[in-house]
Amino acid sequence: MAAELHVELVAADRSVWSGEATLVIARTTSGDIGVMPGHQPLLGVLESGPVTIRTSEGGTVVAAVHGGFISFADDKLSLLAEIAELADEIDARRAERALERAKSDEDAAAERRAEVRLRAVAVR
Amino acid sequence: MGAQLRVYKRRIKSVTATKKITKAMEMIAASRVVKAQRKVQSSTPYATELTRAVTAVATGANDKHPLTTEAENPTRAAVLLLASDRGLAGAFNSNAIKAAEQLIKRLEGAGREVDVYAVGRRGIAHFNFRERKLAGSWAGFTDEPTYADAKKIGEPLIEAIEKATAEGGVDELHIVYTEFVSMMTQTAVEARLLPLSLDEVAKEAGESDTLRPLYDFEPSAEDVLDALLPRYVESRIYNALLQSSASKHAATRRAMKSATDNAGELINNLSRLANAARQAEITQEISEIVGGTAALADATAGSDK
Repeated sequence: MAAELHVELVAADRSVWSGEATLVIARTTSGDIGVMPGHQPLLGVLESGPVTIRTSEGGTVVAAVHGGFISFADDKLSLLAEIAELADEIDARRAERALERAKSDEDAAAERRAEVRLRAVAVR
Repeated sequence: MGAQLRVYKRRIKSVTATKKITKAMEMIAASRVVKAQRKVQSSTPYATELTRAVTAVATGANDKHPLTTEAENPTRAAVLLLASDRGLAGAFNSNAIKAAEQLIKRLEGAGREVDVYAVGRRGIAHFNFRERKLAGSWAGFTDEPTYADAKKIGEPLIEAIEKATAEGGVDELHIVYTEFVSMMTQTAVEARLLPLSLDEVAKEAGESDTLRPLYDFEPSAEDVLDALLPRYVESRIYNALLQSSASKHAATRRAMKSATDNAGELINNLSRLANAARQAEITQEISEIVGGTAALADATAGSDK
């Protein structure tokens, strides 16, 4: 049996995705990190950005996380984020509009949020 | 219609109208409780995972973080009270306020200066009336709090606890909210958020005895803890806000249910009184007619002779 790890992607107000995966790639403050089954227990701070999950069925799930944490122990991986969305849920056109609006309003936080969403859509 | 009867009829009508309103409020509150409970549930995974992570870092890291170590002699404390914006919820607000006042008194008795933060118009009004200066106050979202609201509340609190005590910072952070036990029971509880007591946190995560793995921290244990703790406080505040709103709706439902029941009883009593008044009126009319006929008969009998 191929080794698997159980992934829980949770946002502050809901559970976004959970399932089995073979590889999870996320961006921590000190760089991109790939976690495979059997990885050493890990706790890290996430940067805003896309997270890529390779599911055991061979599919790929991409999610945009806005800050948060990654924690891994006993082949269980949790991704915690205040805001997290699957790339499939993101409306690219709306994110683009939001980006333009944020740029003209000089709202740095909104601009970053929109950028992260667009990056996640691009990875998909 | 006699005057008495008219008065009863009018009162029945007005009580019926009130009953309709309270019945509607009861049903609205009942549907909101369910919604609020669902929100509490969907926020639980994040809270548990976060709690687990905090326990892991705090026990794994050797260095002492200001947010997890107790000050040697704490002199200032912050109390956050979660009340609601609107009343009509029985003793909901007064219970929460009473719990907060007791906590404040106890802290002040222990020689601490207390900064009060209040959420919800009812709580704010209580302290304003007693002319206690509030360090911070928020209102307008207690019916349906969002995570952004919790963030807004958490920000100045975390700032205050990070500041040195001499510069107006606080050593401790307490929170008073109403715990949702069941549809029938809601209790005002107080909890100390910071400094973190690890035993309690571990108990909450339900894994006090299990051996925790040795984590690899990215970038470092201290940085992770720095980033984790504010999120932890926010998530606790968010959870308290949600529980408080569920409790408020449950309390409203109960208060409105008893108001509806009372109105029903009142209507029953009033209809009985109205019936009695109507009956008395009829009896009086009959006796008047009978009396009148008798008098008329006597008069004609006299004139005949």
